Amino acid sequence: MLKRLIVGLGLSLASAAGAAPDPKNWDAVLEEASGQTVYWNAWGGSTATNDFIRWAGDQVQARYGVTVEHVKLSDTADAVARVLAEKTAGKDEGGAIDLIWINGANFAAMKENGLLFGPWAEDLPNWRYVDVAGKPAVTSDFTVPTDGLESPWAMAQVVFYYDTARLPEPPKSMPALLGWARANPGRFTFPQPPDFLGTTFMKQALYGMVEDPALLQQPAEDVDYDAVTAPLWAFLEELTPNLWRQGRAYPQTGPRQIQLMADGEIDLAISFSPGEASTAIANDQLPDTVRTFVLDGGTIGNASFVAIPYNANAKAGAMVLADFLLSPEAQARAQDPSVLGYGTVLDLAKLSAEDRARFDALELGIATLSPDELGPALPEPHPSWMTRIEADWQARFGTAQ
Amino acid sequence: MNESGLILDKLTILRGDAPLVSLDLQIPPGEVVTVMGPSGVGKSTLLAAITGTLAPGFALRGGIRLDGQDLTALPPEARHVGILFQDDLLFPHLSVGANLAFGLNARIKGRAARRARVEEALAEIGLAGFAERDPATLSGGQKARVALMRMLLSEPHALLLDEPFSRLDAALRGQIRELVFSRARALGLPTLLVTHDAADAAAAEGRVIELAALD
Amino acid sequence: MRLRYAPALTLALMLGPVLAGLAGTLLPAIGLFPALGGTAPGLAPLKALLGWPGLGPAVSLSLGTGLAATALSLVLTALIVGSWHGTRAFRWLEAALSPLLSVPHAAAAFGIAFLIAPSGWISRALSPWATGWTRPPDLLIVQDPWGLAMTLGLVTKELPFLLLMTLAALPQAQPRRSLTVAQALGYGRLTGWLKVVLPRIYAQIRLPVYAVLAYSMSVVDVALILGPNTPPPLAVQVMRWMTDPDLAQRFTAAAGATLQLALVAGALGLWRLGEGAAARLGRAWVAQGCRRHADGLGRRAALVLGALSAGAVLAGLAGLALWSVAGFWSFPDALPDTLTLRPWLRHGPELLEPALDTLLIAGAATALALALTLACLQAEQRFGLTPGARSLWLLYLPLLVPQIAFLPGLQTLALMAGADMGRGAVILGHLVFVLPYVFLSLGDPFRSWDRRQATIAAALGAGPARIFWTLRLPMLLAPVLTAAAVGFAVSVGQYLPTLLIGAGRVQTLTTEAVALASGGDRRLIGLYAIAQTAVVVLGFALAIAAPRLVWANRRGMRAG
Repeated sequence: MLKRLIVGLGLSLASAAGAAPDPKNWDAVLEEASGQTVYWNAWGGSTATNDFIRWAGDQVQARYGVTVEHVKLSDTADAVARVLAEKTAGKDEGGAIDLIWINGANFAAMKENGLLFGPWAEDLPNWRYVDVAGKPAVTSDFTVPTDGLESPWAMAQVVFYYDTARLPEPPKSMPALLGWARANPGRFTFPQPPDFLGTTFMKQALYGMVEDPALLQQPAEDVDYDAVTAPLWAFLEELTPNLWRQGRAYPQTGPRQIQLMADGEIDLAISFSPGEASTAIANDQLPDTVRTFVLDGGTIGNASFVAIPYNANAKAGAMVLADFLLSPEAQARAQDPSVLGYGTVLDLAKLSAEDRARFDALELGIATLSPDELGPALPEPHPSWMTRIEADWQARFGTAQ
Repeated sequence: MNESGLILDKLTILRGDAPLVSLDLQIPPGEVVTVMGPSGVGKSTLLAAITGTLAPGFALRGGIRLDGQDLTALPPEARHVGILFQDDLLFPHLSVGANLAFGLNARIKGRAARRARVEEALAEIGLAGFAERDPATLSGGQKARVALMRMLLSEPHALLLDEPFSRLDAALRGQIRELVFSRARALGLPTLLVTHDAADAAAAEGRVIELAALD
Repeated sequence: MRLRYAPALTLALMLGPVLAGLAGTLLPAIGLFPALGGTAPGLAPLKALLGWPGLGPAVSLSLGTGLAATALSLVLTALIVGSWHGTRAFRWLEAALSPLLSVPHAAAAFGIAFLIAPSGWISRALSPWATGWTRPPDLLIVQDPWGLAMTLGLVTKELPFLLLMTLAALPQAQPRRSLTVAQALGYGRLTGWLKVVLPRIYAQIRLPVYAVLAYSMSVVDVALILGPNTPPPLAVQVMRWMTDPDLAQRFTAAAGATLQLALVAGALGLWRLGEGAAARLGRAWVAQGCRRHADGLGRRAALVLGALSAGAVLAGLAGLALWSVAGFWSFPDALPDTLTLRPWLRHGPELLEPALDTLLIAGAATALALALTLACLQAEQRFGLTPGARSLWLLYLPLLVPQIAFLPGLQTLALMAGADMGRGAVILGHLVFVLPYVFLSLGDPFRSWDRRQATIAAALGAGPARIFWTLRLPMLLAPVLTAAAVGFAVSVGQYLPTLLIGAGRVQTLTTEAVALASGGDRRLIGLYAIAQTAVVVLGFALAIAAPRLVWANRRGMRAG
């Protein structure tokens, strides 16, 4: 007891002297975190997500004395820009951002420029529940190894949602989509790249057209990019004139499409959240005739992470929050479609019977597919594909007049 | 030479570098001197020079002395020179009583004493009990009387009148004119009157000076 | 004494950030940005900018919408004032100006977007009985590639502003007398006004027109809502580059910001030349002596277009208000299925904190601006400083330099100085934009206060300080409160300054609204738009009501 006290005192003194909190010593982390305020920079474009973040903040406040401030971003890149600006100005301590909801190219950029603290994620207490084997996306973020620099908290998988009242039989493959769009022009669209969802639609389309999907796991520079993407551009050339507004305008984000469908402007849309449609129906944002489906052959899935900037002010508090997000309680709540409808990163087999019951008890919502119906998640291509496809799309279609 | 009264010692007012108006004048206590002249000759500027509120771009040469003291070295608020304009210019946001008390000498201390003095003054001009009234509710003649009283309560040592009666209708004009001049004479104040109206000049019963333009 | 330093201090607080920010943004444009490895000057950023395929359309959009919005607003202003000034209908218009000016730009843009969209309110009201539509038509109205929707949105907000400035400039030109003479000579009302009064007042409203031009060309939030995206106007693209995860784009962004600055300068120059040409044409036109030029048509057009413009803002706002209490509302219903308070109940509480922050920042910035302005104006009076034309240009400078050209640099500099992330820094940032408006609003009433009052007070023995506090200030209560309301409104509507200088830690109603707008939920947008507008309207209501209350028994104060 005395020994623990001395060790704990020593460690807290050490952290008071400015040493980074070590997640292996969780008690010390909890102690340091108590009383801290964590500024969590996370996308604020969805009321459902905002509500969940607020709930998580309340829980963490009550249990660990950590205050969470949700800084609503319209684009994660804003937070990346902020940390960069701080590094430019030489502000290596006491940064404005403690935790960022991040993945993909944003993560790759921060990792490359040394803007992240860590490694810490795999030493969190709740890491033992994470389904590392079954969900490779939790340690390989768009093929870039996470190296423990970010902790996963949600699984996303591409689904399409549609209004059964106007579209009884949706197209379940890209060629079918093209045929349907030709017959019903102006009833489908996707968010404008560089929005991640828009680029994901293209990557999804590419999966169906490439001979060897493993090619996409390599950097785009290492393969014959032009040959691989040629069918994609041909597909888009035919599709674009049949898009909503003939491809001369696009919604700027994923949730914007919800309003479009509610306004009757489109009948089909792409989403990264299997539960998004159910949540929207529950919130009066969509009619209850909306349903979701996945393409034959599977759809792309990825994980959402949280990362801590190298100069964060409340690193301990941020770790406590990240660990809480991994807890079965938080994961089950996130999966609840009346709350968020996100997929879990946990392996249900590793949970206690009590925790597993939480998940079994969830009602998935009328528009949500069950995990079996969702099918296998195709892995995300290397980030370089997204960058190049984005740039090419902008050049070919993004400046069309 | 007798130094009492208001002395304009070869006073010249320049607009920029050019002389605008020039006057050499001594006004003994209790006398009303009238200055007349065409529009734009600089009569109001002359008064501004004496009160110390010349607009930027104007300068003066020569001296102004009041009871032996050189006014040009003093800021406007220390000169003890009273002025009345065409408009009564009662402060619209203050009550009649507050207007009167505005210039009341700080020598009179205590709220009760000051209020008593104001009531006294109001009674003198026949407006007893008007202390809490809104100045905008007074008639033209009442306003003119309050304006005069306000000035007199500050115990000036000289009086400047910038066409103060021209806005009043014919009936009132004579009355107010008489009030102002009798007060000035009773208190022994040297008074300088600027006017277009020959009747004013006649009632002043003093010297009349015609100003001519210098350029 | 200390008062003498007031003008210098004001200039420093207002222009210092602009100049510093410009330096901080323009240096990366020639390749100097140490943290990203840019240590040697070069032309690489410029080349990258020129390599962007959308550059041509983005530039012509910026120029086109800016010039069109300004020209339209100016023409409409001239028509409206010329045809209707002095009539009873005009007094209605003057009364409508304050509410129209209160609606923040973003809120107005959201409202108009809902009005004119193919699935918008107008379309819903007319469908399906008049149009036969059961689905909205696939027409590109909002976000059209020519920027027409954006231009219209800008006009609805710039028209009230130019009207206000014109009305402020009118008294000096003594329009009534000139008009009477013109009409006696046989000229129609509108033609007479255009030939006789407009030339005189244009010099007074020249700077506001320039401010409108600079703003319309480089606005970001209105462009995001109503402007095209393939490609967007230049300012929006610069903002995108600034926040791109590919950090090397920061250089391109700086080059773009420099280009935007050059474009604005060029457009102002072009407009100046246009003024000269218009003057020559105008003189020839006047010499012609033609008495009537479709005066009746101009009159009617002015009324209809003016009413449409005002109506668009108000109807849009009403639509958003309806959305904030709507259940499910689909096309082609003209009204929602059900009305519910759920959006307010769910999101109302989270509105409270940003609302309080908004009020705090706006209040502080306005109070500071008022204090500085009053100090400057009083120093003017005391030390006989005459405000020349140059000082007016200096005042307008923060409004003529595009925000996107200097705010990012200011953020970096503020970071380096360690003075950021707090409300204090945001308040100082807002001050840069609030000061000009407060000064413009208060300057004329302050200077035209009857100086004879001061002379009398001095003759009664009051020193300059006493004159200021007991006479000048109380008598100017109404203009001071109006200036405060204007400054307040400006601060509430600011987006980029709060976002960049506050580092996302300071959340106002405007930053929240734009962040949530990316989600597209019209209920939420409606909520925030109403909240934003309510805060500003409250300020104006106070400015009108307070003097009435304070001077309830002083008729002389209420008349003025």
